[in-house]
Amino acid sequence: MSIDITTAARVAKLARIAVPQDDLPKLADELNGIIAFMEQLNEVDVDGVEPMTSVTPQRLTRREDVVTDGSQQEAVLKNAPDAREGFFAVPKVVE
Amino acid sequence: MLDLTYETPKPKVIAGAKQDWELVIGLEVHAQVSSNAKLFSGASTKFGAEPNSNVAFVDAGMPGMLPVINEECVAQAVRTGLGLKAEINLYSAFDRKNYFYPDLPQGYQISQLYHPIVGEGEVLVELGSGVARTVRIERIHLEQDAGKSIHDMDPTMSFVDLNRTGVALMEIVSMPDIRGPEEAAAYVSKLRQIMRYLGTCDGNMQNGSMRADVNVSICAPGQYEKYQATGDFSHLGTRCEIKNMNSLRFIQQAIEVEAKRQIAIVEAGGKVDQETRLYDPDKGETRSMRSKEEAHDYRYFPDPDLLPLEIEQAWVDDLAAHLPELPDEKRLRFMEDFGLSDYDSSVLTADTADAAYFEEVAKGRDGKMAANWVINELFGRLKKDDDKAITESPVSPAQLGGIIDLIASDAISGKIAKDLFEIVYTEGGDPAEIVEARGMKQVTDTGAIEAALDEIIAANPAQVEKAQANPKLAGWFVGQVMKATGGKANPKAVNELVAKKLGG
Amino acid sequence: MTDLNTFGIADARDALRKGDVTSLELTEACLGAIETSGALNAFVHNTPEIARTQAAAADARIKAGDAPDMCGIPLGIKDLFCTKGVPGQAASRILEGFKPEYESTITQQLWDAGSVMLGKLNMDEFAMGSSNETSVYGDAVNPWKVDDRKLTPGGSSGGSAAAVAADLCMAATGTDTGGSIRQPAAFAGITGLKPTYGRCSRWGVVAFASSLDQAGPMTKSVRDAAIMLGAMAGHDAKDSTSAELAVPDFEAALTGDIRGKKIGIPKEYRMEGMPQEIEQLWADGTAMLKDAGAEIVDITLPHTKYALPAYYVVAPAEASSNLARYDGVRFGHRAKIGQGDGITEMYEKTRAEGFGPEVQRRVMIGTYVLSAGFYDAYYNRARKVRSLIKKDFEDVFAQGVDAILTPATPSAAFGLGEMAEADPVQMYLNDVFTVTVNLAGLPGIAVPVGLDKQGLPLGLQLIGRPWEEGDLLNTAYALEQAAGFVAKPAKWW
Repeated sequence: MSIDITTAARVAKLARIAVPQDDLPKLADELNGIIAFMEQLNEVDVDGVEPMTSVTPQRLTRREDVVTDGSQQEAVLKNAPDAREGFFAVPKVVE
Repeated sequence: MLDLTYETPKPKVIAGAKQDWELVIGLEVHAQVSSNAKLFSGASTKFGAEPNSNVAFVDAGMPGMLPVINEECVAQAVRTGLGLKAEINLYSAFDRKNYFYPDLPQGYQISQLYHPIVGEGEVLVELGSGVARTVRIERIHLEQDAGKSIHDMDPTMSFVDLNRTGVALMEIVSMPDIRGPEEAAAYVSKLRQIMRYLGTCDGNMQNGSMRADVNVSICAPGQYEKYQATGDFSHLGTRCEIKNMNSLRFIQQAIEVEAKRQIAIVEAGGKVDQETRLYDPDKGETRSMRSKEEAHDYRYFPDPDLLPLEIEQAWVDDLAAHLPELPDEKRLRFMEDFGLSDYDSSVLTADTADAAYFEEVAKGRDGKMAANWVINELFGRLKKDDDKAITESPVSPAQLGGIIDLIASDAISGKIAKDLFEIVYTEGGDPAEIVEARGMKQVTDTGAIEAALDEIIAANPAQVEKAQANPKLAGWFVGQVMKATGGKANPKAVNELVAKKLGG
Repeated sequence: MTDLNTFGIADARDALRKGDVTSLELTEACLGAIETSGALNAFVHNTPEIARTQAAAADARIKAGDAPDMCGIPLGIKDLFCTKGVPGQAASRILEGFKPEYESTITQQLWDAGSVMLGKLNMDEFAMGSSNETSVYGDAVNPWKVDDRKLTPGGSSGGSAAAVAADLCMAATGTDTGGSIRQPAAFAGITGLKPTYGRCSRWGVVAFASSLDQAGPMTKSVRDAAIMLGAMAGHDAKDSTSAELAVPDFEAALTGDIRGKKIGIPKEYRMEGMPQEIEQLWADGTAMLKDAGAEIVDITLPHTKYALPAYYVVAPAEASSNLARYDGVRFGHRAKIGQGDGITEMYEKTRAEGFGPEVQRRVMIGTYVLSAGFYDAYYNRARKVRSLIKKDFEDVFAQGVDAILTPATPSAAFGLGEMAEADPVQMYLNDVFTVTVNLAGLPGIAVPVGLDKQGLPLGLQLIGRPWEEGDLLNTAYALEQAAGFVAKPAKWW
């Protein structure tokens, strides 16, 4: 499998990282190099092998249904690049 | 217990320009889990709080924050599964659904794609007396709700509130077993009823506690049966998904409109594209959200911050043992225990509060009479009174029971009882005391009735003659006696006396 | 008296308890050393006021007589840990200006134990790198130097390694996703321990790859690592992957007696083209353990070769999702957007400006391997290979092996900038001996064992059974005793 410029552009779009058109060939090259390295995995016989779900199996921790958090609007908004009237403000989202 | 057998409803048929078409509908209902705290954080789920006040740092996707699951949300999903007679998966797991949106702070939604907590189940959806559709449930999974983006507060900016972010949702996915708009609405109401009974979702569609994505396709008559026989979806038309419907009325309208759109395309020789659409109730049309869809590739993968969710059968059994009576069971029991009709029983079990009210009234009394009073008098009066809920009724079950007792003991007539009900409704008080204090007791003293009747007979010889010739006219005398006694005369005693005096 | 900043944890603790020094004195010594260490670029946010306040409190506690081991010990904290009110950027521009409103569980435990925070340490951006050259703060520099070249302290915990080796602090926290504690420890001639996955809470530590990330101590000795791990470890109800296990007294495990222990030497770690010096070091280390009474056995870990490619599928995949939250909406950098730009442009520009090239590359690789149609070919296959790698270790431990000895790195520290033109995969090869441990969730420790012929430190790695850090530390202690590594970098900065 090899990554062409269109694929590189699609991946950049999915990852929401602006990549100038001129840089796409280099990006595609780099990604291809890494993907080629990963292709070694195809040599491994994985028939009947369960994919790892957790490296140290144990019972999933649960919490009780009690309100223990929140009521901290100021702290939540404190680091925001743009907060107004208790909201995070972002450039208009067009649906 | 009564065993009811239902007739399967006919599918909705829409006549196209060239031929008839049937509808095939499947729904994905998103139901907000009733819980105090969110699915993976300790922040409150309360509706209507100050923006961004019910937010833990993990809800805001702050760096290094981690999710920890709320056990009650898991229990609620299991209860819902049990209520839908579904398979409970002791092993389930959480996956990340990745996409960018300002009200999705982590950049992914934690959901259950590969291993949902609940598997296949079914719901009986009644559509009128003796007619019902069994809709199969494919799965229920737990997932996080997103926050809210507000687009109309500023001309160039959108505002984001994360209060709803991370609230637990159950996504209830049906099989394509629904065959018309009314069935779809009835299915959603039935789900809502069941979840309200279980206490797992408040079902409030205005607040967004329940929303539905509706999958609609059309097919020629006969095709659906082929699909049923083979399980092969290629017998059906291409489906479109109408997103985010939050009213039963709109669900019906949208299905109707979307089906007609698809019919027009197919009959013109075109092809329906599988896509996501939005219903615009103002324009009465659905429109494509294709631009959005194309950019999406959700890159699901198991959430490495969470281990698989393994629950124990004993825990599930315990939840099952403490499950409240479900609507279908209650309906059958009311029919059996109180001799109610299927219809009355359905009306009284539509809501748990209604059912509880009725049961209290009916306890130790005539069930049919109690049902009659609750449905016709009380519900009717509440409706007139600003559509009050049963929980706001000024007449308590004990008061209504008292009125019924007075009728049953012949202390008051049915007609007086209605007056009494109105007094209790508007003024309150103990019905027996009111009857006593206001002299509303029925006159059963035949002497008094006879005296009144004799007076009327003496004053109306012409009427007496007519009535003797035609006994059907005797009713006039009964009416006059009732009038003379202010409605308090026992109608049965009056009737007997009139018959005796006039015709003998 | 030696300069107080050269103390390790155990020395400092003993001196504090005896009343020979105060925490304030130790702290001032470190703050002074930090002040003149600009050339190393190890500390990137200094917190002298916090340090002095904590030190004073620690002194009061020590005086009162019931101070824990870590009380009064001045520490450096990797920039990946969120510490309340202190800038924390994960060495990335995208977290410019970010001051967390919360404290990571690990640092909270350290402060609760009375430790002193000197400041935040340099690292590779989002812990992605093996040379500390991807940091927004610029390169951290290895205090070891043999010519006029500046050398890498390794990565991603390069600042931590440099700071500990240069005696700017008594010890430092590190994190290790594929070798980020052990490789820099080896490059800087210090001890670095990656505990069993789940031993230390990940809550409040900026995530790189959730299923691999694990924090641990970077110290001047094995004993120090044992002491510091005791304060960092423990179950945390806020981290679903944190183990509900009691924390043993790791220091008590350090008897130095490893007689009868079975040490495995995996043949697959004898890589083609491995420098002779590394091979020699490995042989020397093996001999040392044998002399200490351990039984040496040849073992096989057949899937070793596939660890690195599996790692470079799993880690970027998780990272691509973990780093989606850096979108310019709620914290950190937001790009200026042009007229008519909408939310998508804001995201794309913010992330292009905020993430450096290596982070961008890994996010895109991760995005690609998870995208429609490739999930099974890459991600799921890598998870299966991961199961096989873990099983390799389980099989060996089932045969009675107590620990596995391997080289820590394929070379000594290299020059900063020397890899600039190399293929990204060349840089990834730095992790070749360390990633298996993360994939299998095991504890691993790098111990300095010798110097190469240029005079640069080299380390060996010991890999232990899950949850048996005490036993692993004891083996490492025996190796440390035998190696007698005492070299220190000559001060040039």
